[in-house]
Formats: sequence, C-alpha cells, structure tokens
Amino acid sequence: MKVLLVDDEHELVSTLAERLSLRGIQADWTVSGEDALNLVENHTYDVAVLDVKIPRIGGLELKRKLHVKAPALKFIFMTGHGSEEEFRRCAAETKEGCYLVKPVNIEDLIQKMHDLIREREDRP
Amino acid sequence: MSGNWEILGETGLRFFGKMSASISHEIKNVMAIINENAGLLEDFTVMAEKGMPIDPQRLKTRAAMIMKQIRRGDEIIRGMNRFAHSVDEPLQQVDLSDTLSLVVALSSRFAFMRGVTLELEPPSTQVPIITNPFFLQNLIWLCLDFAMGSTGAGKAVVLKAEKTERGAKIQFSKLQDLGRREAESFPGERETALLQALKAGLVIRKELGEMHLTFPAQAER
Repeated sequence: MKVLLVDDEHELVSTLAERLSLRGIQADWTVSGEDALNLVENHTYDVAVLDVKIPRIGGLELKRKLHVKAPALKFIFMTGHGSEEEFRRCAAETKEGCYLVKPVNIEDLIQKMHDLIREREDRP
Repeated sequence: MSGNWEILGETGLRFFGKMSASISHEIKNVMAIINENAGLLEDFTVMAEKGMPIDPQRLKTRAAMIMKQIRRGDEIIRGMNRFAHSVDEPLQQVDLSDTLSLVVALSSRFAFMRGVTLELEPPSTQVPIITNPFFLQNLIWLCLDFAMGSTGAGKAVVLKAEKTERGAKIQFSKLQDLGRREAESFPGERETALLQALKAGLVIRKELGEMHLTFPAQAER
C-alpha cells in the first residue's frame, strides 16, 4: 500500500509517515496542496490522507483536484475541529466514516485505509 | 462607554467564537504532534523489546519535538487566557503594542491559511492607553481581516503601534490592493460601532497602501 499524507503541520505528517513505514506502509508526505498535486501526477497512491484545513486551497477543494488527476485514489480526512458541519461536508465528499479527528489513532487510520482499498477491489 | 450594544454584542460574540475555534484547532494540532511522537517512542520501545537496536539520537530528537510542542501549547494557552480575561473590566490601561501582538498571535492561523505574512514592527516605547480591551481586540481583528484581503501580490501586512500627540495609533501598511477594494463598504456597521464605542478613528490612505487606526489616550467610561 502506498499513501500520501497532506497536512500543514510538518512535524505531524513526517512523524506519521515514519510510523506508517515501520508498519510496512510506504508513505510520502507534504505540507502543501500544490506539492500534493505534483506528487499525484508523478506517483501512484492508493490512499490520500488530507487535513481539512490546508492553507490556500483547503482539503475539500484539494480532494476534488486530486480526484481529477487520479480517479482511483481513495481519501481520508483528518481535522482538528470535528464539528457536525465539517463531518457532513467530508461525508458528502467521500463516504461516511472516512473522517478522523486529531489526534488520530494510527491503528484506526490503517484500518480505514485497508477498508477503502478492499472496497475498491470489490467494486473496481 | 456608549454604543450600539446590539451590534457590539453580536460582533463581539462572533469574534469570541472565531478566535476560540482557531485556538482549539491549534491546540488539537499540538496534541496531534505530541500523540504521533509519543506513539513513535512507543514503536521504538516495541522494536527494542524485539532486540532491534535503537539509535539514542532518534529518541533525543523525538523528545525535543515533544518539548517544543509543549512550549508551543503553553504559549497558545497563555494567549487564550489573556484573551478570555480581556472581558473582565470595561476600561483598563493596556499597552497598545502588547494588545496588537496578542491579536497578531491569535490571527496567525488565519493569516497562514490565506498565505499572508504578518510583520509586527517593534515599538520604540510602550504605548499605554485606557480603553475597553475586548472591543479594542475586536476592532484590530476586523481591520486586520480587511488588511489581509488587501495585500495584493506582496501577501504581507506590516503592523506597528506607536504613541501620538493625542493618544496612540496602529499603522497597517503594504496594502497594495487597497485601491482595488473601493466598491467595498469598509468600515461597515460592525467596525463603525466599535470605532464609536472606543472613540477611535480610521483613516484609509489608498495611495500609500496604508490604514491608520487612531485611539484617544483615554476612552470615556
């Protein structure tokens, strides 16, 4: 499994990537939406984990742009807020449950990644 | 202190909510980084238990990151505490430069999200005024919010508080797009209500890309 992590908190994404790699998951990370778009153009990822609040572009808008470039890519949102409104917006963009409130539990995150990939394989 | 209390109350609540949401978001990020680093330390422990050697430098680096985030969290919470206590008294002596730096700190995430840099110029002396601290913060925020949308390609706002003959002022500069925002009604009714309540003045100098907020040395009770 190869994943892309996008969050403006450098120490958060870099550490999360290291923890995922210790569990055998290849993770690239970036703090900017623009870099994320470039990475998706040049690499193939199974899942993108996006902060809802990404500077300038915003997580939901970034998701739409990434989806155009990589239609098979699955998405999980992370947020610090966890408001009802945000949950509704994220659920509308992905599927219910693809939304984690910070601080995230890494095992929950990995489980969601596997669920999404399994779903994609079941319904290609 | 006179004023349109309906507008002041609604504007103040909105400001309080906006800042509180931003502060809670920042604290969540701090906790998330501590969570990941603590988790990584736990991962190292599991690896060590399985006989894998761990470089002590990796442990040191992670411990330093946790300490850094604790300092960051402490700073955020101290700012939040000062902000919360700004409603304690309707009139207080404040240092305008100190209040400006607090509002800049509270607004830093909004600026970051918009790709704007806030440059705070240090004052040469203290800038004491007697005013309503909460209304003052609210007015500075509304002007800063407008200023952040007026930076043009420069994407920076330079702020400075200084003493004047009659009191004090805050200067917002490098607002290259001020001239292009002519159609917008600024100050609007919220800013006007706060300007009146604080007996403050607002001068917009489009040709210079500057905005000046002026305050009397003492607002009326």
